[in-house]
Amino acid sequence: FKNKPYGRTELVRLLGNVLYIQKLWSVLPPGVSSATPTEEMNGAGNLMDFLDEPFPDVSTYEDFHTIDWLREKSRDTDRHRKITSKSKESIWELIKSLLDAWSGWVVMLLIGLLSGTLAGVIDLAVDWMTDLKEGVCLSAFWYSHEQCCWTSNETTFDDRDKCPQWQKWAELMTGHTEGAGAYVLNYFLYILWALLFSFLAVSLVRVFAPYACGSGIPEIKTILSGFIIRGYLGKWTLLIKPVTLVLAVSSGLSLGKEGPLVHVACCCGNLFCSLFSKYSKNEAKRREVLSAAAAAGVSVAFGAPIGGVLFSLEEVSYYFPLKTLWRSFFAALVAAFTLRSINPFGNSRLVLFYVEYHTPWYMAELVPFILLGVFGGLWGTLFIRANIAWCRRRKTTQLGKYPVLEVIAVTGITALLAYPNPYTRRSTSELISELFNDCGALESSQLCDYINNPNMSRPVDDIPDRPAGPGVYNALWQLALALIFKIVITIFTFGMKIPSGLFIPSMAVGAIAGRIVGIAVEQIAYHHHDWIIFKNWCRPGADCVTPGLYAMVGAAACLGGVTRMTVSLVVIMFELTGGLEYIVPLMAAAVTSKWVADAFGKEGIYESHIQLNGYPYLDVRDEFTHRTLATDVMRPRRNDPPLAVLTQDSTTVEDVETLIKDTDYNGFPVVVSRESERLIGFVQRRDLTLAIKNARQKQDGVVSSSVVYFTEDAPQLPASNPQPLKLRRILNLSPFTVTDHTPMETVVDIFRKLGLRQCLVTRSGRLLGIITKKDVLRHMAQMMNQDPESIMFN
Amino acid sequence: KMKSVFVLEIFSLACFVLLSQVSAKNAEDVRCKCICPPYRDVKGQIYKNNVTLKDCNCLHVVDPMPVDGKDVEAYCLRCECKYEERSSGTIKFTIIMYLSILGLLLLYMVYLTLLEPILKRRLFGHSQLIQSDDDVGDQQPFANAHNVLSRSHSRPNVLNKVEHAQQRWRRQVQEQRKSVFDRHVVLS
Repeated sequence: FKNKPYGRTELVRLLGNVLYIQKLWSVLPPGVSSATPTEEMNGAGNLMDFLDEPFPDVSTYEDFHTIDWLREKSRDTDRHRKITSKSKESIWELIKSLLDAWSGWVVMLLIGLLSGTLAGVIDLAVDWMTDLKEGVCLSAFWYSHEQCCWTSNETTFDDRDKCPQWQKWAELMTGHTEGAGAYVLNYFLYILWALLFSFLAVSLVRVFAPYACGSGIPEIKTILSGFIIRGYLGKWTLLIKPVTLVLAVSSGLSLGKEGPLVHVACCCGNLFCSLFSKYSKNEAKRREVLSAAAAAGVSVAFGAPIGGVLFSLEEVSYYFPLKTLWRSFFAALVAAFTLRSINPFGNSRLVLFYVEYHTPWYMAELVPFILLGVFGGLWGTLFIRANIAWCRRRKTTQLGKYPVLEVIAVTGITALLAYPNPYTRRSTSELISELFNDCGALESSQLCDYINNPNMSRPVDDIPDRPAGPGVYNALWQLALALIFKIVITIFTFGMKIPSGLFIPSMAVGAIAGRIVGIAVEQIAYHHHDWIIFKNWCRPGADCVTPGLYAMVGAAACLGGVTRMTVSLVVIMFELTGGLEYIVPLMAAAVTSKWVADAFGKEGIYESHIQLNGYPYLDVRDEFTHRTLATDVMRPRRNDPPLAVLTQDSTTVEDVETLIKDTDYNGFPVVVSRESERLIGFVQRRDLTLAIKNARQKQDGVVSSSVVYFTEDAPQLPASNPQPLKLRRILNLSPFTVTDHTPMETVVDIFRKLGLRQCLVTRSGRLLGIITKKDVLRHMAQMMNQDPESIMFN
Repeated sequence: KMKSVFVLEIFSLACFVLLSQVSAKNAEDVRCKCICPPYRDVKGQIYKNNVTLKDCNCLHVVDPMPVDGKDVEAYCLRCECKYEERSSGTIKFTIIMYLSILGLLLLYMVYLTLLEPILKRRLFGHSQLIQSDDDVGDQQPFANAHNVLSRSHSRPNVLNKVEHAQQRWRRQVQEQRKSVFDRHVVLS
């Protein structure tokens, strides 16, 4: 702190700044009180008060800053203790304490209901709009193709998909159903509808809620670790994201809806948190609710409640106490039950590709399963590297200036290339569903065009392996082309400025690869059933290879390679299939793909996007093994100006204001005096600003030369001095300190486990410097030879 | 607490409406679908009928039976019959509600981007052109705020509060748009 003498101009400037702050805050409703944070300020009794701007409180945080976990937790303990002590006074207080205890469960119930409803609406709307690109139902325009033909009377296998009520666009416009003209017209209209949907989606996102784009999971991970992004979980985002998600999925782009559903569920969680002051005023409790909401989101996306809870635990959450585990499970179950009662797919199943076969698998099949795992790991690495490179290019070059044009171009290319191939023309969920399904005698798709023995009289479930007919070989070529197409186009699609998820595209890539491998193994087993490998387990006339299972294992491998999920992936996949007997193949593939992918790079797609954006996310999985000490990281460094501190009873109000104006630090340590430099505590910048502004308004006699003191009793001053200002109540008397020889390994561990924002460094009780979370992240990036300047936020 | 009660009321009403649609069953909304694979010289067929769950088997649904008396049992053994239910009321309600919300949003978007600058220009003339440019050009988010806030002190009624809230929301969206689309700070 430099003892600069103040001239008149500087005083006038300082006064002017203070007055500007006062004027800006004077338009807010009065009542910025210095109330203790535990005082409950419930919402006003007026309906229209939600239109008023929320006034800043001593306890609210600024945008793009990290919360103080310890302070939030201690505030919650205070509140709980107060309620418990008051509950002994009267019956009414007892009832209030019971309601407070039950408010958590009420919030979970509401989150489950709303997420389930939204997921059902999204499913139904996507179903309808995807079919709208190809044709329309004439009897009732709100029916999709399958629903329209529900009551039709066509009986032969060949025209099981045709019915007179549903007509393609070419048929509607020109009356022709076959021929080159009809095909070209259908093609053209398909592309037109796709472009229209994606243009509407990107325009709505741009005009109403720019935070609704992308997947949402990297930002939610960062928010759950303590970061504040105001508006990311707001009401407009909640409205726009499902609407634009339906448009984006229906336009035929290679994206999924699972990641955005997690974002939508967290928005619902945030919405219901604002009903109860227990959650709306406490950021740490709010994050417990958001963890549970994320579990509900995955649960409705996959129809997997347990998988949802494990996903929230493993991937998304940062601080997950056991109480949250039980509540997350409740929210996930309520959401799944709500979705089932809406019954979007007409068969009481939650997901389009629920399969239920129980054919056994054989030990020798582990070899192709592990090969699929290797494929999954390699594809995951390729996708992450290519996607991050493309996103970085979008961030830094001219490409990022034309988001609307980019979306339209990618949609045009996708629709152009997807229409000719029947496997990419339909929606990705339907493709996965067809690939997962086993071929009974009743299937009519090309994939099931096996050569049947006409004299066979076995029941339909037990069909032995058959040689492949020409349809199967045709399908194999088309599937291979679809695989290449999907691998390339997903790299450019994920990360555009529309809601986009990547679970479904990854599963599609894996399912296609798996099915191809499965058919290959099946045909090898049929034609060479006298080889040693097959002799033991594959007798002729028996059903030994199920290509659908290979598709499932491939899907799990690719998903694991991209996201690096472990337990939650296996649980989601076996909840999707209902077959506990397939846990071992799924685990084998998931473990192999994770090992292969980890060999090339440690981060999954979400961690890579967090790094790309520079969020201050301290990953619990990173290990810090270098031997640096706290002195190497702390600030001020050797050539920096000395630390900006306040003294306990010799700083004046104008000194404090100058300090706040000149620097942009988030807090200041308070020492006994400049000579002894013994640490008293730590005070936050925001609290200081508010308290001084308050004091100037409310208290008499406080002027620029008033002394600010942090001790219990006022310092002894001559009577001519103006009235001193006591600011002890905003001082944190227990800041975390480490000594200068503490190894950085321990410091990183402390930051991670306690969720600290800053930590003071002392030696023999004297304050030496400060380490902030940003310094820790930059140091870790430097140690890993990454760019330390990419960490942007505090 | 009025706000929370109001929200809960709306929510429960919506749930009730939705559930009543779900439970209103149409006679056409249930069906039994029997798929019979090819048998000897009979081709593969699909049969559908609106029967209840206990009548959902081959004998009740396959009509007319393509094979004679003694082959009926063998034929029916290979058929697979599934009972399916749907709720046409839910589908209709959902699609129409979604389209109306989408339509409203599109109308509001057209109003914000195209009509409002034109209306402002006509009403206030060229002297206030700078402010309308702010809405389109995202230049100075606070220039409008001072004007609005100074005017708002005189007439504190509901309409004014709505206008004030809308201005604040527009400012927030502009800030978000700058972070995401222009500076690429978040969500790149």
